Amino acid sequence: MSRGTLFDKVWDLHTVGTLPSGQTQLFIGLHLIHEVTSPQAFAMLRERGLPVLFPERTVATVDHIVPTENQARPFADTLAEDMMRALERNCQDFGVRFYNIGSGNQGIVHVIAPEQGLTQPGMTIACGDSHTSTHGAFGAIAFGIGTSQVRDVLASQTLALDKLKVRRIEVNGNLVPGVYAKDVILHIIRHLGVKGGVGYAYEYAGDTIARLSMESRMTVCNMSIEGGARCGYINPDAVTFAYLQDRDFAPAAGQWEQAVAWWTSMASEPDAVYDDQVSFQAETISPTVTWGITPGQGVGIDETIPHPEALPPDERAIAEEAYHYMDLLPGQKLLGTKVDVCFIGSCTNGRLSDLQEAARIAQGRCVAPGIKAFVVPGSERVKQQAEAEGLHEVFLASGFEWRDPGCSMCLAMNPDKLQGREISASSSNRNFKGRQGSAAGRTLLMSPAMVAAAAIRGAVADVREFL
Amino acid sequence: MSSVSLLQGRGLPLPGNDIDTDRIIPARFLRCITFEGLGEHVFTDDRAQAAGRHAFDQPQYQGASLLVVNANFGCGSSREHAPQAIARWGIRALIGESFAEIFAGNCLAMGVPCVTAGPEIIQRLQTALETDPTQTLRLDLDHLTLTWGNQQVSVYMAEGPRQMLRAGTWDACGQLVAQTDAIRATAGRLPYLHWGSAAQGSAQSA
Repeated sequence: MSRGTLFDKVWDLHTVGTLPSGQTQLFIGLHLIHEVTSPQAFAMLRERGLPVLFPERTVATVDHIVPTENQARPFADTLAEDMMRALERNCQDFGVRFYNIGSGNQGIVHVIAPEQGLTQPGMTIACGDSHTSTHGAFGAIAFGIGTSQVRDVLASQTLALDKLKVRRIEVNGNLVPGVYAKDVILHIIRHLGVKGGVGYAYEYAGDTIARLSMESRMTVCNMSIEGGARCGYINPDAVTFAYLQDRDFAPAAGQWEQAVAWWTSMASEPDAVYDDQVSFQAETISPTVTWGITPGQGVGIDETIPHPEALPPDERAIAEEAYHYMDLLPGQKLLGTKVDVCFIGSCTNGRLSDLQEAARIAQGRCVAPGIKAFVVPGSERVKQQAEAEGLHEVFLASGFEWRDPGCSMCLAMNPDKLQGREISASSSNRNFKGRQGSAAGRTLLMSPAMVAAAAIRGAVADVREFL
Repeated sequence: MSSVSLLQGRGLPLPGNDIDTDRIIPARFLRCITFEGLGEHVFTDDRAQAAGRHAFDQPQYQGASLLVVNANFGCGSSREHAPQAIARWGIRALIGESFAEIFAGNCLAMGVPCVTAGPEIIQRLQTALETDPTQTLRLDLDHLTLTWGNQQVSVYMAEGPRQMLRAGTWDACGQLVAQTDAIRATAGRLPYLHWGSAAQGSAQSA
């Protein structure tokens, strides 16, 4: 059993008590909600006549269903409009802060909470969205929950949970140019598997991780759930504190030193005990692309799609399913695979630095004929900052569309969808069957810079040739 | 809330590892403000592709109430719409090699047990259900056993969820809310709830 890790410390500090079942009642320091997984939770509160216990600890925004081309109300999609109205009414009735479209603060929930300084080290954070693991980049214990649990947090600011084990994942060494945080996490998941993390919290450590920016750290933690780990975190350090300073909800100046001291004290101890430890060498990581229907089915761009016999026995059936669905063959290289749609955005890779890296590749080059390529900033602030730097002009001049913020084609709950058997190069997080809005649509996950390179080539390319 | 300790019914085998919640209920069906009607869309794209050969469509499995799956079932999105769709189709319990964490938590909050057993047992059970879909499965959470035909095997479930199901406290909301004094005491010792914020310059008290 783990001891002395950040996970243990945060867990112990937030423990309200032990329930008769033996589960822990855990206090949730920050609760984030959005339009998809909250309406039924509010309905349950109304049925039971319960108030929101700590309304100031819940923050709402709208991201999953928002159109990215025309955000005028009412939305053309009447079901989406109903969801918007439900969220607006629920926030008003229960006194919850809501960042609506046009507020200047709207965006993907996992982009806006960090950028406003709501996400801080040592917190517990829950949201009805599996990519809540993103917030672990700050040294928070952050995880996704379902709608009944959203109800529980609204009603009690707590959850009934069993403690997770802790696996330390070290990455050491220097990443080569053209290899980004996205490649690091795709590489980790490929090697530990999509179910390797079930029952674990992942602690990412090592000098490679320590050198990553906060935005890159968020990319790594974001995809913990794709490795089966409900949460992943990085111990807070000077990079974390520098990012937080002066953000809207960061501690006030008079309390800053006290906050930094406390945050520092929450980091894992040098002699902490872990349930498991693994390590990776950064130099061995190439630009990585998925070829299959799980985020663990990835290869370095120089490699070929694995043959079934090269895979562990329990991964062969899903590999066969993937070759068939993707219409790709073992032994084939992904390099040069024709794509139809290129999507840059999502809670994984929709932040300013992601757009900057993609724009560097797009600068002075043109999207290949027949390719639909679009960029969806993660938030209104990201959009505004990107425009202040002129990134939108770079993208537009290259032939990319420049959209309004939202989750967009990561999960295609809005009008942004693949058609038929189209294949996308996508900076998002899931390549599941049908994920991007077409039951036969196909997704190749990669870094935003690799998506930009694919858009220009019209096919999967090696971004290192574009640097 | 009712106690969940003994589940009996016919079984439905659904082979395959890593069956994600997007496959269980595609995102376009999440455009809703209630869970009503989700049952008819469970596995809708997989079923359309299988053209009648999907287990949820095969006549011999209609009316089944125990779903038998393989490893990492319910991975991906946290959408409770997935277990809601499965339960509203008629499933009362799931038996599998392993379940994604959030999915299993959502099932528990709905009073739907997810129990696990080794790959060899699951395959044996799936084969048995393919051979004879009419037989009754008996899942006993008091003794953590699963019985079919003349076979009885042990199944596993973490103690906390098992106790909540047996005691009928799987909807934790009431128990959690009852601890309001202890909740406020915990909030009182969290330093970050008492710092002022840079933008407001005033204490956000909890």
